[in-house]
Amino acid sequence: MTYLHNIGAYFLMIAEMFRKPTKWSVMKQLILKDIDDLIIGSLGIVAFIAFFVGGVVTIQTALNISNPLIPKYLVGFATRQSIVLEFAPTFISIIMAGKVGSFITSSIGTMRVTEQIDALEVMGINSLNYLVFPKFIALMLYPFVISIAMFLGILGGMAACVYGGFSSLEDYIIGIQTDFIPFHITYAFIKTVVFAFVLATIPSFHGYYMKGGALEVGKASTTSFVWTSVVIILLNYLLTQMLLS
Amino acid sequence: MIEVKDLHKSFGEAHILKGITTTFDKGKTNLIIGQSGSGKTVFLKCLLGLFDYEEGSIAYDGEIFSQLTEDEKRNLRAKIGMVFQGSALFDSLTIAENVMFPLRMFTKQSKSEMQDRVDFVLKRVNLEDAHKKKPSEASGGMQKRVAIARAIVNNPKYLFCDEPNSGLDPKTAIVIDNLIKEITEEYQITTVINSHDMNSVMEIGEKIVFLKNGFKEWEGSKDTIFITDNESVTDFVYSSNLFKKVRRMYLDENQ
Repeated sequence: MTYLHNIGAYFLMIAEMFRKPTKWSVMKQLILKDIDDLIIGSLGIVAFIAFFVGGVVTIQTALNISNPLIPKYLVGFATRQSIVLEFAPTFISIIMAGKVGSFITSSIGTMRVTEQIDALEVMGINSLNYLVFPKFIALMLYPFVISIAMFLGILGGMAACVYGGFSSLEDYIIGIQTDFIPFHITYAFIKTVVFAFVLATIPSFHGYYMKGGALEVGKASTTSFVWTSVVIILLNYLLTQMLLS
Repeated sequence: MIEVKDLHKSFGEAHILKGITTTFDKGKTNLIIGQSGSGKTVFLKCLLGLFDYEEGSIAYDGEIFSQLTEDEKRNLRAKIGMVFQGSALFDSLTIAENVMFPLRMFTKQSKSEMQDRVDFVLKRVNLEDAHKKKPSEASGGMQKRVAIARAIVNNPKYLFCDEPNSGLDPKTAIVIDNLIKEITEEYQITTVINSHDMNSVMEIGEKIVFLKNGFKEWEGSKDTIFITDNESVTDFVYSSNLFKKVRRMYLDENQ
């Protein structure tokens, strides 16, 4: 029953988020601040992880191709497919559930504990619109982060391939162009937008409705990470089934 | 003026407020006192519109809150100032931005007009030089004064304070009490303070409502509290030897 209650409360929260909008001059600043915190602030870690994981994917693929009949360009092809289809949209989203998700939960949770949310409500402000809506809008730029992750992942793969001596640069470039299906990019960005919505709303839900003190803020952050990851993995399965099969 | 009639509030099986009827007058400091668990905070949150109640009514200058539309409730809330127990200042904003917040949200004033108003209220609470500090850089007493400045910046008709003296040293507590009283008289606000600080009761309690187990046990003022024979009130207010002596002296002087 608790799960059903929470699911209902989550959807009511989303509906409430769009009601009684905050004054645009204030909202604009909140959105810009959240873009800085959630998007710009995540670029460094996303770039670092994407580059090196791209390299590792390439090395693993190259080392597992021992048959001399398999062309060398397959390393580039496999790296591109892994990164564009799964690594960038899904794996990075799980990392963002930890980084951005726990930031959202703890910042909103702390506002709840210190009565800052009550202060907003007393003033007649729709606190859900004030707190969650700018995060939702900011995370609509999340596909931009994922594009960078895709680019750097493939670049990292190329660096590992060439400097590790697994294949030539020409083979790798031929590989990443082989059998390219533009819909795969569309599929990846559809997933990214859905995951962005999940990343903005589930951690906000856990922060907004938490009860207790500082210890509970920590627990809420952990719970939010777990549930955001679970929902991303489930939606990843459903979207892949619907869009690719 | 705020009129409360037969207010009932429950959480599940727990009946917290049991038919409270009272009035809080304009231009006066009205105190709600009582032991922990007596229902003070729930009562205050009902007055603020943060909690719905099952029975009874709360009228703000004749407007019954439960009968207002959502927009009317929102307009009414814009006339309410609140000082929270922990100040509830927004961590990400400076002190000046915190005070300016209600003006940015509810008025169409230019930036310079808002700045002038912020300068004025910060001066009024003796915080002329704290504009650029973050709340975390301010002491407890300063944070309370910022919270008062934020509560009065938009000229509220009603001011609510939840334990405004908690965590403050006695000297700073008196400064905060006097500031609230001065502001209440100066701007003719209806002020309701939730407190269990007996100094506040004696200093600024122009009207005192004593709650016990969710009932209104007694109401009076800082003068009548000395002469009441209500045992629950005397047990609570004169629980320390110091206040017993003060009461004895008052009664001896006035016999």
